[in-house]
Amino acid sequence: MAKRIDVKDLDIYYGDFKAVEGVSLTVEPRSVTAFIGPSGCGKSTVLRTLNRMHEVIPGGRVDGTISLDDQDLYASSMDPVAVRRTVGMVFQRPNPFPTMSIRDNVAAGLKLNGVKNKKQLDEVVEKSLKGANLWNEVKDRLDKPGAGLSGGQQQRLCIARAIAVDPQVLLMDEPCSALDPISTLAIEDLINELKSKYTVVIVTHNMQQAARVSDQTAFFNLKATGQPGRLVEVDDTQKIFSNPTEQATEDYISGRFG
Amino acid sequence: MSSITGHSVTDELPHDDGRPPLDADKAGTGRLGDRIFGGLATGSGIFVIALVTLVGVFLIAQAVPSLLNNNANFLTSREWVPSGTDPRFGIVDLLWATVVTSIIAMLIAVPLGVSVALFITQYAPSWLSRPAAALVDLLAAVPSIVYGFWGLKVAGDYFQPVAKFTDTVLGWLPFFEWGGRPSAKSTLAFAGIILAIMILPIVTAISREVFSQVPTAHKEGALALGATKWEMIRTAVLPFGKPGVISAAMLGLGRALGETLAVTLLLSALNPSAPFSFSIFGGGETFASRIANDAGEFDSPQKTGAYIAAGLVLFILTFIVNAAARVVIERRKAFTE
Amino acid sequence: MSTLTTVDDATAPQTRVDGSFGGKSSGRAFKDQLARVVMWTAFFVALIPLVWILAATFVKGGRMLLDIDWWTVSQSGITARREGGGAVHAIQGTLIQAGVTALISVPIGVLTAVYLVEYGRGRLAKAVSFMVDILTGIPSIVAGLFIYALWVTTFNFQRVGFAVCLALTMLMIPTVVRSTEEMLKLVPNELREASYALGVPKWKTIMKVVVPTAFSGIVTGILLGLARVMGETAPLIILGPYTPVIATNLFDGLMPTLPTMIYQNYPESLQPSVDRTWGAALTLILIIFILNLLGRFIGRFSKVRS
Repeated sequence: MAKRIDVKDLDIYYGDFKAVEGVSLTVEPRSVTAFIGPSGCGKSTVLRTLNRMHEVIPGGRVDGTISLDDQDLYASSMDPVAVRRTVGMVFQRPNPFPTMSIRDNVAAGLKLNGVKNKKQLDEVVEKSLKGANLWNEVKDRLDKPGAGLSGGQQQRLCIARAIAVDPQVLLMDEPCSALDPISTLAIEDLINELKSKYTVVIVTHNMQQAARVSDQTAFFNLKATGQPGRLVEVDDTQKIFSNPTEQATEDYISGRFG
Repeated sequence: MSSITGHSVTDELPHDDGRPPLDADKAGTGRLGDRIFGGLATGSGIFVIALVTLVGVFLIAQAVPSLLNNNANFLTSREWVPSGTDPRFGIVDLLWATVVTSIIAMLIAVPLGVSVALFITQYAPSWLSRPAAALVDLLAAVPSIVYGFWGLKVAGDYFQPVAKFTDTVLGWLPFFEWGGRPSAKSTLAFAGIILAIMILPIVTAISREVFSQVPTAHKEGALALGATKWEMIRTAVLPFGKPGVISAAMLGLGRALGETLAVTLLLSALNPSAPFSFSIFGGGETFASRIANDAGEFDSPQKTGAYIAAGLVLFILTFIVNAAARVVIERRKAFTE
Repeated sequence: MSTLTTVDDATAPQTRVDGSFGGKSSGRAFKDQLARVVMWTAFFVALIPLVWILAATFVKGGRMLLDIDWWTVSQSGITARREGGGAVHAIQGTLIQAGVTALISVPIGVLTAVYLVEYGRGRLAKAVSFMVDILTGIPSIVAGLFIYALWVTTFNFQRVGFAVCLALTMLMIPTVVRSTEEMLKLVPNELREASYALGVPKWKTIMKVVVPTAFSGIVTGILLGLARVMGETAPLIILGPYTPVIATNLFDGLMPTLPTMIYQNYPESLQPSVDRTWGAALTLILIIFILNLLGRFIGRFSKVRS
């Protein structure tokens, strides 16, 4: 079920402002790719183009192609809503729906898309919560509000919600930046398990985290202040952290920069 | 309160690049549900535009024929004979009564409202400030007609000695002259006082809102310099809140100008042949109360048109005042952001 | 806040005794105290009319409401001189008109707010927002005149309850738009994004995520707007004169309401009529206060906070 992502010559715009320029990279199925780089370099922006969430912001558009197993995500016949069902996303801050119970939060994607069969929904809820390592903690209070969980639990709830719609790819935008170290560890363990089923792309500010969880790392940087962000280098995580090709990457990794 | 601040999401977004709204935002797609729902929402917005346009067009279309038949100057005449073969009507008396009652209301409600807002935000013990705010808000929940009836039957009698005293002390000024007629509760002065009570919650609510937004750093900065609480308020709170207070006063004024029932019940109409008087202890009719008083007599288009013309003037007055309030708020926003 | 008070109340007098800090001059201290007294006084002065009106209305009208007739029969056949009769005709009229007004203005108002917050961009949205501002400022008597010009002068229809509802709708739409708009803006964008990221179309995101999250706030705004509209009298005396009998048809004949019942009876000086007027005033105040309290109570359950 996991799919390969091919990005070719991607330029990203907000209105007339070019935010990111000339990104090309490939993400293999059932692997974890980490995007690292200084703030404002466009790594989250690139991530958001992978499921067309970028266009939710007025004026947001792209040039270039992004394909999922040779299917062009930006083809005119492609429905962005369908793209988002295939490519799930977890956000920086846990954002469970405040009006819904834990169960309804997990089932939200299916329910809002018209699935009514209760048995099927219950199965998906259990499977997804187990998949997000949250089932044991919440199985007795599925009807309590999702907002009552701790931050780390909320974030795992959001992961459960994302995998409940059975996506091919899972995008994570700094999923641990609002969490304490213990919750972060739990999420990192979870990412390791998730890669057996999904293609995972994660944006992170934490280089140790990138080194711990990813197979491949992409380093983004700004050419200069006010210039668009660009992809400096993408390679195996091990290579990036031990022997990067570019000097800029080396500087960033070793903390001499950014 | 956003109806008061007039703030909308369009103010915050980067300017669009000329594409129609639904296209610029691909979260809404060509799905049927999206098209229907987006269409309904947009349609409601367009309906509001159409409604307001229609109000303007209709009122003007009905007022113009009557104004063309008018044999007196609409803006400078004191007469009001809107029908018959020789219609003569003008708004001077109405404008006078409307403006005088509203100004009296402002003179009372603005200082009082600002003081109450300062009390709620700066002086009240924390357990009291929320209930105090709620109590003042309750004043806005009392219907206009109840204010009028209360003023007429209860509070008005206590105004008689006030009017007498003012006449004795200040009666040599034309503004405060009072010959005992009409009775004190039917004068412009008393109507203004009742209006003041009615706009007090508006003035208080908006002032309260801006005073509570004064950055703590400003206040602590003043206190750290050794200022007393009152000095802190004068140097930190009031300057920060000034634009808010001005717009609060404007919006209160807008409400006072158009307020109908309380004034209708209280004011005693002037004898058409009475000479013009500057005294606030005289009777009169405001735009709104004249229309309300004669509501049962709109029998001919000529006559109706005359009242609609008066209504239009009122509409324009309140519009200018509200627009001014909005401009002040916008400028404050531009300043703080 | 408490630290501020400490500085002001406790520390300041001490420094004055001490003297070494210079202290406050007596003039400054006096002004400070004077300001404090003025603010407290202003608050109590503001409460006087509220307490006075409520007390007067309860004292003079309370007796009427204790009579079961008040809630069950109309004023049909009862002259100003006679005691008795009830206000059910007016209560009914007020509630029917408020209900129909809400029925028309809530969908339009909520959808307009949805347009402004979720869809509106560019010039059209600016125009809509501006027009809502104008509607907010229209005096109620002008709204009444407009519907009169439309309904009676142009279409030659009779003055009926429904015309009143139309005028009240004009007054209610802007309050619903503004309060709903404010509530929708308080819904964090992250929730919309979470929903989009699940592949939920925009309209379902609005209907099932955004509006439910803001729901209690929206209801509060609607109830407060309705409470305001219920007390409106000016359009009613142009469009819906009083009649002492029960009338439930919005499209045929006059429909009595509590405000017009007061307006009709206020010039009377005969005691039974005066009593009834106070009774009507008290009933109207109670209905409006109950709506207000209900609205504020529901607002406490809001999922979004400013």
